[in-house]
Amino acid sequence: MTGENAVRLRPPRNAVDERAVTWWRWQLLVATAVPVAVLTVLGAFIGPARSWLLLAAVAVAAPGLACAAFLPVWWFRVHRWEVTDDAVYVRTGALRQEWRIAPMSRIQTVDTVRGPLEQYLRLATVTVTTASSKGAIRIEGLDHELAAGLAERLTLLTRATPGDAT
Amino acid sequence: MSGGLGDADDREWRRLDPRTVLVRVALFGGVLVGAALPVAFGLAGDRPLWQAFAWVAAAAALALGVAVVAETVRFRRTRYRVGPDRVELHTGLLVVQRRSLARERVRSADLSANPLQRVFGLVKVRVGTGEHSGGESPLELDLVTRAEGERLRRELLARSAGPSGTPDGDDTLAALDPRWIRFAPVSFLVPALGGAAIGAVMQVSEWFGAQGKVIHWIGDRFQDVSLAWMIVDLVLLAAVTGAVGALGLWVEMWWNYRLEREPGGTLRVARGLLTTRSVSLEERRLRGVELVQPLGVRLCGAARVDAVATGLAQNDGDEHADLKNLLPAVERAVADRVAAQVLREPEPPTAAPLTVHPRAARTRRLRRALWAALAPVVVLAVLGLLLTPVLLYVAAGCAVVLAPIAVLFALDAYRGLGHAVSGAYLVTRSGSLRRATVALQRSGVIGWTVRQSYFQRRAGLLTLTATTAAGTGAYDILDAGENEGLTFAAGAVPDLLAPFLETKPVRGEREACAKRVTDAP
Repeated sequence: MTGENAVRLRPPRNAVDERAVTWWRWQLLVATAVPVAVLTVLGAFIGPARSWLLLAAVAVAAPGLACAAFLPVWWFRVHRWEVTDDAVYVRTGALRQEWRIAPMSRIQTVDTVRGPLEQYLRLATVTVTTASSKGAIRIEGLDHELAAGLAERLTLLTRATPGDAT
Repeated sequence: MSGGLGDADDREWRRLDPRTVLVRVALFGGVLVGAALPVAFGLAGDRPLWQAFAWVAAAAALALGVAVVAETVRFRRTRYRVGPDRVELHTGLLVVQRRSLARERVRSADLSANPLQRVFGLVKVRVGTGEHSGGESPLELDLVTRAEGERLRRELLARSAGPSGTPDGDDTLAALDPRWIRFAPVSFLVPALGGAAIGAVMQVSEWFGAQGKVIHWIGDRFQDVSLAWMIVDLVLLAAVTGAVGALGLWVEMWWNYRLEREPGGTLRVARGLLTTRSVSLEERRLRGVELVQPLGVRLCGAARVDAVATGLAQNDGDEHADLKNLLPAVERAVADRVAAQVLREPEPPTAAPLTVHPRAARTRRLRRALWAALAPVVVLAVLGLLLTPVLLYVAAGCAVVLAPIAVLFALDAYRGLGHAVSGAYLVTRSGSLRRATVALQRSGVIGWTVRQSYFQRRAGLLTLTATTAAGTGAYDILDAGENEGLTFAAGAVPDLLAPFLETKPVRGEREACAKRVTDAP
C-alpha cells in the first residue's frame, strides 16, 4: 500500500436524487432574491441613492444567478453517499471537497429532516451523529421514501452493532 | 415517612456543615462592603459624609440581615444522600430543587476551597456526570467539611475497583518542582496581565476622577526623555508587572501540585496555594493526552500536558481552573515522561518520531503567510498613490518588517507538522504560536473526515481529521501528502477507511494515458 501504489478515496456508490438540483437551485434563488428585492425597493423609494442601490442589487444578483445556474449541477456531481454494513460514507463539496466516514458502531442518532421546500419536492435530509461533537454526517437531497427506509435501516444496523459509541 | 424504613431513610440524609451559613454570609458581606464604599463616596457629593455613610450602612445592614435569613433557610432545606445507586440533593430557597444522579453515571467529584473556606476547614464538592450539555449544572454541595468531602470523593469514585485498579507501587506521577516557575514569565499571560494592570490603574483613577492627573503625572516623570523612550519604558514596565503577575498566579495555581493515580483507575490533580482544588479524572474516560507548547514556552524547551478525555466540562466557570490541565509547563523530557505514565505506556507517544509532511505543505504556508503580510502593504500602497506619498514609506516599512516575520512563522509552522502511529496511539502535531502534539488512542477514533480544497488538490495534499468523543471532538492532520496520508489513516484505525480506498494509476501512467487519449485522432 505504499510507494508506487497510489491510493485515493473512491466515490461513494449512490448519487443523490435528481430533484435535489431543483431544491438547491431554489435555495440559492431565494437567498439571492431577498437582498436584491430589499435593495430594489429601497432604490425605488430613496431617490438620491437610487443609482448606487440599484447597482448594488445588480452586483448581488449577477453572482447569485450565476451560482444558482452552475453550483447545483456541480454539487450534484460531487455529492454522493453510501451505507455499508460497517460504515456511512459521504462525499460533499465543490471547490473544497469533503469525505466523511462514520463507523456503524459509533453512530448515536439518526434524524430525518424535511423542510417546506423539501416536502414539496418529496426530498429529505438524513443526519447521522456520533459521540464526537464534530463528527455529524448529513446526507442531503434524498428521495423521502428512500430516506425513511435508510433511517430505518441505519437504526436497525446500529442496534445490531455492539459498542458503547464512544 | 412512617415506620422503620422512613427512619432509615432519614438517617442516610446528611446536612451541609452549619458553618456554611457563616462563610457565605461573610463572603456576601465582603462583596457588600466593596460595593457600599463607592456608593457612599458617590452619595457624599451633595450631603455630609456621615449622613451618606449612615444611609449606606443601614442599607447594608438590611441586606446582610436578609442574607443571614436566606442562607439559614437554604441551609435548613439542603440535604443530600449517597444511596446504593443514586446520589440525591434537595435544596432551594423558595422553590425546592431535587436533583438525583445515578451513581454509575457519576464521572467526577471535584473539591475546591477558597481561602475563607479553608479557614473554616470547608470545601465545595461538585459531582459531575461528564455530560457536555450546558445548562444542567452538576450536583454541587456548598459547603461540607474537608473530611466529609474526601469521604464523598472516595465513595463516589471508588467503583468496583475494576481491572485497571492495579497497584503501581509509587502512585505519584508528578509533584511540584519549584524550578518550574521559570516557565511562568514566558507565557502569553504576561502581556495580558500587563495590559490588565494598565487598564486597572486607568479605571480606578477614573472612578476617583483623577485619570487626567495620573496621565499628567506619568508625563512629568518622562519629561526629559523622548516619546519613543517613554513608550519603551512604559512597555517594559507593563511587561515587568505582567511577569510579576504571572509568577504570582503560577504560585497560586500550582502550589502543592501533585498528580496521582488512585486505586480504581482515577487520576487526581491536587493544587493551589490560597484556593485549593482537587480534580479527578477517570482513566477509562481518557482517550489520550495533548502536549501544548505556546511559543514562549516552546522557545524555552518546555511543554504542558492536557488530558484528552470524554465528558470533561470545558470550563466550570471557576477562573483559571482548567480541568483538563494535568501538568504545568515543564521541561519537555519531564512532560513526555509524565504523558507516558498517564497513558501507562513504556515509551512516550508524544516523543515518537513523526512523518514529515511534503514540501508542498511548506509552499502553502509560505504563500499564505506572505499574502497575509502583504495585504496591508498593498492597501497602504494604493492609498499612498491616491492620497499622500507618506503612506508609501509606511508601506515599504511594513513590507520590510512583516515579510521576514511571516516567512519565519511559515517555516516554523511547516517544521511543526507531523504525524505518526506510536503503539496504540495516533500522534499528530501542528501549530506555531501554539504547537500542540496530540496522542490519541487509535481505538478512540470514531470517524474520519478528509478535506481537500482546490489548491490542496493541485498540490497533492489533503487534511485528515480524526473525530473522537473526547477533547475538542476532532484532531487534524494538516496538509498530509495525498497518498501517504490516506494510507496512514487506513492503517491507524483498522477497517474504517480502508474499504473506501482504491488504487489509482501512478502519475506517470495517468499522464501517459491522457497523452494517448489526446494523441488519438
